[in-house]
Amino acid sequence: MSAIAAKDARPTRGLAGINPTVLGIEIRRLLRNRRTLIFALILPVVLFLFVGTNKSYANLNAAGVVGQATPAHANVSAYLLVSMALYGAALATTAGGAMVSIERAQGWSRQLRITPLSPTSYIIIKTMVAMVLGLASVIAVFVVGSLTGVPHMLPGFSYLWFVSAACVWIGALVFAALGLFIGYLLPSENVMQFLGLVMAAISFAGGLFYPLNQAAKILQDIAKWTPMYGLNQLVHSPLLGGTFDFMWVVNAVAWFAIFVTGAVWLFRRDTKRV
Amino acid sequence: MRIEKELQPAGGPPAIDLRDLHKNFKQVQAVRGMTLSIASGEIVALLGPNGAGKTTTIDMVLGLSQPSSGSVSVYGIQPRQAIDSGRVSAVLQTGGLLKDLTVEETCRYTASLFPTARPVDEVLQRAGISGIADRRVGKCSGGEQQRLRFAMALLPDPELLILDEPTTGMDVEGRRGFWAAIRQDAERGRTVLFATHYLEEADAYADRIILLRHGVVVADGTSAEVKALAAGRTVRATLHGADEAELRIIPGAESVEIRGETVLIHANDGDSVARYLLNSTSARDLEITARALEDAFVALTSDSVGPGGDPRTPADIPAEGQPAVTSQAGGSR
Repeated sequence: MSAIAAKDARPTRGLAGINPTVLGIEIRRLLRNRRTLIFALILPVVLFLFVGTNKSYANLNAAGVVGQATPAHANVSAYLLVSMALYGAALATTAGGAMVSIERAQGWSRQLRITPLSPTSYIIIKTMVAMVLGLASVIAVFVVGSLTGVPHMLPGFSYLWFVSAACVWIGALVFAALGLFIGYLLPSENVMQFLGLVMAAISFAGGLFYPLNQAAKILQDIAKWTPMYGLNQLVHSPLLGGTFDFMWVVNAVAWFAIFVTGAVWLFRRDTKRV
Repeated sequence: MRIEKELQPAGGPPAIDLRDLHKNFKQVQAVRGMTLSIASGEIVALLGPNGAGKTTTIDMVLGLSQPSSGSVSVYGIQPRQAIDSGRVSAVLQTGGLLKDLTVEETCRYTASLFPTARPVDEVLQRAGISGIADRRVGKCSGGEQQRLRFAMALLPDPELLILDEPTTGMDVEGRRGFWAAIRQDAERGRTVLFATHYLEEADAYADRIILLRHGVVVADGTSAEVKALAAGRTVRATLHGADEAELRIIPGAESVEIRGETVLIHANDGDSVARYLLNSTSARDLEITARALEDAFVALTSDSVGPGGDPRTPADIPAEGQPAVTSQAGGSR
């Protein structure tokens, strides 16, 4: 806590300002924000407890959810746990990225421009903070889920817990980019209220909340173009152990590219104007 | 010649050097050809009404925006480099703080961004907010938030401190306390440039006043010199059938206003105007009043001075780009 500690961080231009003091304070801010914590940690856990712990799911193979012919390595409950973890991580990283909106509205990003902090460093810090919040969300869902004892991987496939969690967390980077994009698009203190609705909509559209194979053909076709679709397929593919479609990767990478491009474009416009 | 000049270290580049600076926003020319130099150790007020170009100029000095043409240098280097090396820092207008951080966290965050910074405890003390270090920024009063911005600006221990309308929205007591802290700090030899539209602030705290209007410097000098610019008298009299053209050529008269039977003559030599009116016309009920800095400010910055309609007609308004008093600060280069 000593002020002298801050002097130890001697940034150089370029990535100046990415230091433990800044990251520590940013994370403390997150922990203080009750609304963000409810969104990112409590909501996905409660959703999983509500929809994923039905005792009948314990003995059902996850292959049934997606209509896969070969048996999966997990039960339905485990499948739903990964779904809710992805939803939570997506909410968390979007909220983390969208913090730039609040900081622009409060004039903080302008204030930072009269310090040596480079705009690129600022975006990197915000992404790191978003990913920390995303990781906390993933851990919360996996830990609480496993404590219920209902989700289950087949014998010999326990490592899939870690593989699935890692896929969810890395995949959430797409939504950190979405958060930054929206954060630069809408300078508002209430951007998360809007983003909560957007996230629910794209999660439904991408088949995260219900089995897409039971939906109308037109909805299935539309789903393939939405941002949650590819990730939804990718994060479940390790525990399903079925066929792999390269188009899932294309979907996820394309949306990531779109959000990053949008964020970079608006960020450049922003730093020019301010 | 002014005293501050002697404080300037010989040979060093000026703290701020603006050359023919222009800034256009679409249709609006916010800054139209500003050339000025501020030497080390000066305390300078950038005075002008809203829209005069104060904030636009400061933004360019801080590298927050780029000039449309002309050049800005701070200690002989680019503004961005001066910020990075901590040689210049600023207290910007309202905003710029995160409500969910504490006062101490805000300073610690900012301090960590600089290569070297003064201890947080020290700047909090110098800004007089040690007692509220653990308070959330959102719960601080406007005056406390402004002191926090001041504390943040002190962190890099800058040679040049820039304040953009620092006391807007503060009560009288808050303003006095804030300026006492700035004044105390400036005694250590820091160069200070502040923008304000409060005349009394410029008069009380600056060694030098630069008066802006429509993006150009209209006067530049000590408070006394700026006052003297418009230090003439207003002669008021009742005169039946006044002839404006005749009154205008009275020696010493600068501008003439006729309101029915009442004649208002702004003059640099009130006595000779009064003498003329009493001796050569049928004027009566004659009154002579002095102008204060307030009037100098109005005279030099207002759009509608005198009856001519053209704001630049009166003699006390210098032509564009030619300040009425040219300070020689920084002239030792």
